[in-house]
Amino acid sequence: MSDRLANIRQEILDGMKERASSRAEAFELRKQFLDSKTGKIGQLMKEMKSIAPEERAGFGKSVNELKEWAQQRFLELDEKMKERELQRRYESEHIDVTMPARNVQTGNLHPVTQIRNQLMDIFVGMGFEVAQTREIEKDYYNFEALNIPKDHPARDMQDTFYLSPELLLATQTSAAQIHTMEKKKPPIKIVAAPGKVFRSDDDATHSPMFHQMEGLVVDKKITLCDLKGMLELFVKKIFGEETTTRLRPSYFPFTEPSVEVDVSCFSCGGKGCKLCKGTGWIELLGAGIVNKKVLENCGIDSEQYSGLAFGIGLDRTAMLKYGIGNVKLLFESDLRVLRQIDDN
Amino acid sequence: MLVPLSWLQDYVEIDVTPQELEEKLFSCGFEVEELHEVGEAISNVVVGLVETCEPIPDTHLHVCRVNAGSHGTFQVCCGADNVQAGGKYPLALAGATVYMTAKDHKTVEGVMTIKKGKLRGYESEGMLCSGVELGVSENLFPGGGYNGLLVLPPDVEPGVDVKPILGLDDWIFDISITANRPDCQSIIGVAREVAAVLDQPFHMPALDYTETEVKKEGFTVTVDAPDLCPRYIGHYVYDVKIGESPQWMKHRLALMGQDAISNIVDITNYVLLEMGQPMHAFDCDYLEGNAIRVRRAGQEEMITTLDGQEYTLNPGNLVICDGVKPVALAGVMGGLNSEIRESTAEVLFESAKFARDNIRRTSRGLGKRTDASARYEKGVDEYSTVHAMERALHLVEQLGCGKISSTHVDVNTGNGIAPREMKVSVRKVWDVLGIEVPTREILRIMKNLDFAPALEGDELTLQVPAYREDMEDYPDVAEEVIRMYGYDHVTSAFIPQAQVTMGGVPQNMRKELKIKRALCSVGAYECIHYSFFSPSDLDLLRLPQDAPQRQAIRILNPINEELSLMRTTLVPSMLNAISRNQKRGILEGRLFESAKVFIPNSLPLNDYPDERETLCVGVFGEKESFFTLKGMAEKVADTLFVKFDYAPVTEPFLHPYQAAGIYFEGEKVGVMGKVAYEVAERLDLRMDAYVLQLDLRGLADAYGRQASFTPLPRFPEESRDLALVMDRETTCGQVEEVIRSSCGHIKSVRLFDVYEGGQIAAGKKSMAFTVEFTPGEEAFEPDSVDRFVKKILKNLKNRLDIELRS
Repeated sequence: MSDRLANIRQEILDGMKERASSRAEAFELRKQFLDSKTGKIGQLMKEMKSIAPEERAGFGKSVNELKEWAQQRFLELDEKMKERELQRRYESEHIDVTMPARNVQTGNLHPVTQIRNQLMDIFVGMGFEVAQTREIEKDYYNFEALNIPKDHPARDMQDTFYLSPELLLATQTSAAQIHTMEKKKPPIKIVAAPGKVFRSDDDATHSPMFHQMEGLVVDKKITLCDLKGMLELFVKKIFGEETTTRLRPSYFPFTEPSVEVDVSCFSCGGKGCKLCKGTGWIELLGAGIVNKKVLENCGIDSEQYSGLAFGIGLDRTAMLKYGIGNVKLLFESDLRVLRQIDDN
Repeated sequence: MLVPLSWLQDYVEIDVTPQELEEKLFSCGFEVEELHEVGEAISNVVVGLVETCEPIPDTHLHVCRVNAGSHGTFQVCCGADNVQAGGKYPLALAGATVYMTAKDHKTVEGVMTIKKGKLRGYESEGMLCSGVELGVSENLFPGGGYNGLLVLPPDVEPGVDVKPILGLDDWIFDISITANRPDCQSIIGVAREVAAVLDQPFHMPALDYTETEVKKEGFTVTVDAPDLCPRYIGHYVYDVKIGESPQWMKHRLALMGQDAISNIVDITNYVLLEMGQPMHAFDCDYLEGNAIRVRRAGQEEMITTLDGQEYTLNPGNLVICDGVKPVALAGVMGGLNSEIRESTAEVLFESAKFARDNIRRTSRGLGKRTDASARYEKGVDEYSTVHAMERALHLVEQLGCGKISSTHVDVNTGNGIAPREMKVSVRKVWDVLGIEVPTREILRIMKNLDFAPALEGDELTLQVPAYREDMEDYPDVAEEVIRMYGYDHVTSAFIPQAQVTMGGVPQNMRKELKIKRALCSVGAYECIHYSFFSPSDLDLLRLPQDAPQRQAIRILNPINEELSLMRTTLVPSMLNAISRNQKRGILEGRLFESAKVFIPNSLPLNDYPDERETLCVGVFGEKESFFTLKGMAEKVADTLFVKFDYAPVTEPFLHPYQAAGIYFEGEKVGVMGKVAYEVAERLDLRMDAYVLQLDLRGLADAYGRQASFTPLPRFPEESRDLALVMDRETTCGQVEEVIRSSCGHIKSVRLFDVYEGGQIAAGKKSMAFTVEFTPGEEAFEPDSVDRFVKKILKNLKNRLDIELRS
């Protein structure tokens, strides 16, 4: 009898070794022995009745031991199989991690829009309102009210596209100063956008259309120091905290005094490089104290109020910041260019 | 404005290097665009004394022993025909740099370095040079133009550098002069600034001369148009001897890039450069009627200018006439009929102030720009008009080329040349600057600038020189002070006195940005295209002649025809962008532009046109379809919390069966669709493209809409799938509309399958929808949804003859 039990035990061990390579096979094997009706161990239990009563207790004990042993073995086998199968699944899902990524593509705003947004954020944060510019302007707003009468030599500074004797394509965003001051009384703090402006210039470094952002502050006691402070703040935000600014005299008919604002070259830190043509400085924008005549043209008392104004070239700023060498690239919509500039 | 250092030095002592001067000028508002030494390419060339000079047999060469003083004595082979023993010539030592010339010995081809070498077996340790090889023309130094050696004067020491001898150590400043400082378009103007910035006195050029008793009897000057000619000065010079100008004058003209012509003409050119005043000299022999008359030209009046060009004038042009005929186009060019010739014996010098805007219009109108007109356009002041005449007469006397009569006619309806008094408050100057520049500094600066300042309390009294017409008020004084005091003194402040303001972005710009960001989120890239386009772009869209888009505003002076119309649609620029990308091998992509189209109220334009904010989207590539583009339209709608409706539409540039009008609350606000194949072919498109244009202004009413919160359903929602059979022509939109209108509990209707053929009858199709129902305040009854469905099916049957698919 004990031989039979030993045989079954051996059969289980052999079966586990030879016939159980998966969880399903292991389960089948288990059934052959442990199924309460058909399993070999189950059948041993049924033989109990035919066993002599005095041997019954001993037999039962032995069978039970066998059963518990088998159950334990099958449990272990199942664990092992589970582990092995998981391993196989992992292996079957092996990938080449160096293969290219599948991108969920997001587009970009235009580099000029990105710069404009950055500037608007900065100036709105300083309490500026955003005023809107026109692309088609009247001669009065684009020139005359800005102290540039007809046939003034300053008109030579800007080659103008005319649509009629009185209407033209805005050559500068400064008309926004006049429109604003006609509508609002001080205190005024505006920047003007989107700032499309046009000059009859089309060569390697000039585009007939480009973008500016105009700034205007009119209040009591506005000085050159305020101009410097305000522009310094914005320059640091755009080009980095270490950037410094330099004012130097210039001329615009609508500001007096007028200045050019240079920033320390952010490529070489001011040591001199190709970008700054060895000077350590980059010309960034024109600015000044609003000419009294301009205030007066708009009915603002120049004895009581003064103002500052500035005009920033957005295309130039974008080109400098992102290292775009050719202005024409901004308007060609080449996706290979647009995909690169992500500074939102 | 070109300014030679040597010329400046006549009128101001310069105790800094040219580079330091460049810095100083830059800091006070005069940007030096270029600074170069006249002989910057030339080095190591010294005076060589030829001690012996022997011909090399069978050649044109000579072998010379050349004494170069402290540098030693060298053997040099020389091919020039004018080399001789005892002569002094420029000797380029080994290692020297000089200009390399072509075979003609005249054309400069670059710079070369001299090396020791052998010529016909003879050692040559250097090179004796011609003028061309040193960049010295005949006008810069006599003999410089000779095709042979440049002969140096006998008194020069062998071995010394030739550059100072030839003027090659001079420097040229190319200075950019701002439009407010026409007075600095002259040597003396710049010299005045240099004097001020270097704290040095300025010396005026010599202006003295002696008049004889001789008079031109009966000579008169009449100015009929004083508005165009506020000052006219004429002076009669006789016993004129036309000849060459002296070397120093030729040299200076040459430095400024001008050729010497003859002494009288050179004087007028010299004075223009030096004093900034255009001058003219008439040959009195050709002046009729013993008179000068300044008047507006007659309609169709003709003049032939010095250069032989003929012009038809009008009363907008100013002419200088003698007693009979026009003899000059005022401020632009003299007439051919009175030009200075070799035989000229009597001259009338003219120094006049003409209104700058008139000269500008004449010059532009006739397409004729001269040095004189360029100068007048910038503005000439009486100060230089008066002094230039004095300077010219001084030079006539100095050159001995004529006698100065006492016939001096001066018609003045303009300003005098005495300084104008101006009083300003120092406090106000400080208030502009934001810093309190010490008054002693203000006084020093204004004195250096020749404003003879006087301070009493807060009141600064200035004597404004007549040439400073730009000085009007305290801001101008502030600018003078700070540019000389230094902008580096300006400190940073942040409007400490100003009132707090509330910043902000207007709603339409915020919404526009939101739309742009939404489009970026679905993979589109923003583009910016020119606001103008080409008439051919309208043809590209195959628009009929009466299409409203053809009512475009024309630029009167476009760069070219391609950029001559203001855009009335953004579509062509987008299509061109797609085409450019495809030509560069980019075969899929999404682009959008948010820009304005320009709708005139009338043409020709007489008022602001409507600048309408418009959106254009273009997509192309294998993965794109009408419906991917529609997805982007829906994205825009979602962004604005609106709903668009779509209906088939016909547009000449779109596919006839894949084009839709976009409607917002019944108004058409846009079109979208597949680009018509004819258009695609013209653009050489390799991949299908789809384009959408939306009038953002038409959506502006919805800009105020906000997202609103709908509470989550308190009871379970239910959905049903309905497979429906209908006529092929029935649209998804029609079905959806009927479903939605059949029941108040519908949350969504979504098409998930379309099928034709097989088990479906001919002329029919099957569409399957998922309909989602949401309960209100109470949960659905067990049979509620079935009742809704029954109602839907009944309506579908009645209105569109639609059956449930069996």
